[in-house]
Amino acid sequence: MERIKTLETRDLCESAKNGGCGECQTSCQSACKTSCGVANQQCENTEK
Amino acid sequence: MVHQYKLNGYNIVLDTCSGAVHVVDEVAYDMIAAFKEKTEEEIVVEMLEKYGDREDVTEEDLHLCMEDIRTLVKMGKLYTEDTFEDMAGKFKERSGNVVKALCLHVAHTCNLNCSYCFASQGKYHGDRALMSFEVGKRALDFLIENSGKRRNLEVDFFGGEPLMNWDVVKQLVQYARSVEKEHNKNFRFTLTTNGMLIDEDVIEFANKEMSNVVLSLDGRKEINDLKRVDYAGNGSYDRIVPKFKQLVESRGGQGYYMRGTFTHANPDFTEDVFHMADLGFTELSMEPVVSSPDDPAALTPEDLEIVKEHYEILAKEMIKRKKEGRGFTFYHYMLDLTEGPCVYKRISGCGSGTEYMAVTPWGDLYPCHQFVGDEAYKLGDIWQGVTNDALREEFRSCNAYARPDCKDCWAKLYCSGGCAANAYHASGSIRGIYEPGCELFKKRIECAIMIKAAEDAEK
Repeated sequence: MERIKTLETRDLCESAKNGGCGECQTSCQSACKTSCGVANQQCENTEK
Repeated sequence: MVHQYKLNGYNIVLDTCSGAVHVVDEVAYDMIAAFKEKTEEEIVVEMLEKYGDREDVTEEDLHLCMEDIRTLVKMGKLYTEDTFEDMAGKFKERSGNVVKALCLHVAHTCNLNCSYCFASQGKYHGDRALMSFEVGKRALDFLIENSGKRRNLEVDFFGGEPLMNWDVVKQLVQYARSVEKEHNKNFRFTLTTNGMLIDEDVIEFANKEMSNVVLSLDGRKEINDLKRVDYAGNGSYDRIVPKFKQLVESRGGQGYYMRGTFTHANPDFTEDVFHMADLGFTELSMEPVVSSPDDPAALTPEDLEIVKEHYEILAKEMIKRKKEGRGFTFYHYMLDLTEGPCVYKRISGCGSGTEYMAVTPWGDLYPCHQFVGDEAYKLGDIWQGVTNDALREEFRSCNAYARPDCKDCWAKLYCSGGCAANAYHASGSIRGIYEPGCELFKKRIECAIMIKAAEDAEK
């Protein structure tokens, strides 16, 4: 694709199939404590 | 849903529901924007009118670009349909009453007197108090008992200033370590401190036991010492910075965040971030102040525009410094596009009031640290567990799809609907939104993704 470059990303629709283990960090426990960001948490699912 | 923006010379197209990120040239950018509204012929004619004088833009080429766009749509990487709404509620129902993280308020007191403190100088609008070992131990037992099959359990020693109750913190860590194996759990501890009481003992113990240490510094000395003062009014900078350096160095420069707050006094907060970086700290976070609009520290609408400009300045400087071999991390620009969280995490909200709770020094449970002191938001206590079931249900049903204002927002899978406490304080409902917070959040995500585009271009 000459005019379009797609970055490598995790497919969120696919992630619905085996996600949701709940082992990843609670978003507020890392640094913010006054806002909510979830996209910067690491996935910790060992069976994905 | 698609979100398009131009930043730092990059034309970026986000496909919200698949998470795909496309970096495109200006012709494709315009064609994608028109794709849903116009026919192929109309788009091609329009593009020829706009870009026809360019050698690389021919009718044939434009039809090829249209084909590429259609291919991406077919692959589920562009204009992907939003099918997550039904999952949002169900996932949290499925998790039952599992609790996996506690914010332990081990000290409702503080040795600093920061005027902007959301916790009213650590007292949370109540009396000064320290958590006893017995209360803390029961809180840890409560967490183990209610954590179901979750292995990783998180405990943040918070305050006020937790080092004012350091012996109890150490005893609680030792207790948790003594029981975690038999219950097949792995405790991860965080310590959030203003640094005033850091000494050799704190450093040694924290480096051994705390997976994360959050160190409060507002950046430049004159900015830090404006708000972060002791009860005699003396600034804290000169006393804490050497201790922070010693602590960070001795833990190999990892497992920490230097975290500041910026206010009306410094909407040019990047100067403070760069100052932290110039001091040698590399894991940095800087948060907009949380306060009522009539507080003199509150960010004004004019400040917000300056802050947004500075988020761009920060992103560009981070790209530059990384190339120069002196890069640093900014918490809100940390995005792992390939190994980031699954969609369940992204739609479920922050977990406050369900899997995450705050415990007061006397053992009461609240949905999170920002609700402590608001009696209407008391969930129960660590002996009887959650007794306010209606309140827990209210939090359980709160997710990225529960807030009407988030329905058509491209950023909802990055913030998961945002902070419930901020929403409550701004709108009176945890299902509302805190609009200035949303604006800044969206700007941060745009910058974070632009950095990824720049890194990719360097490959």
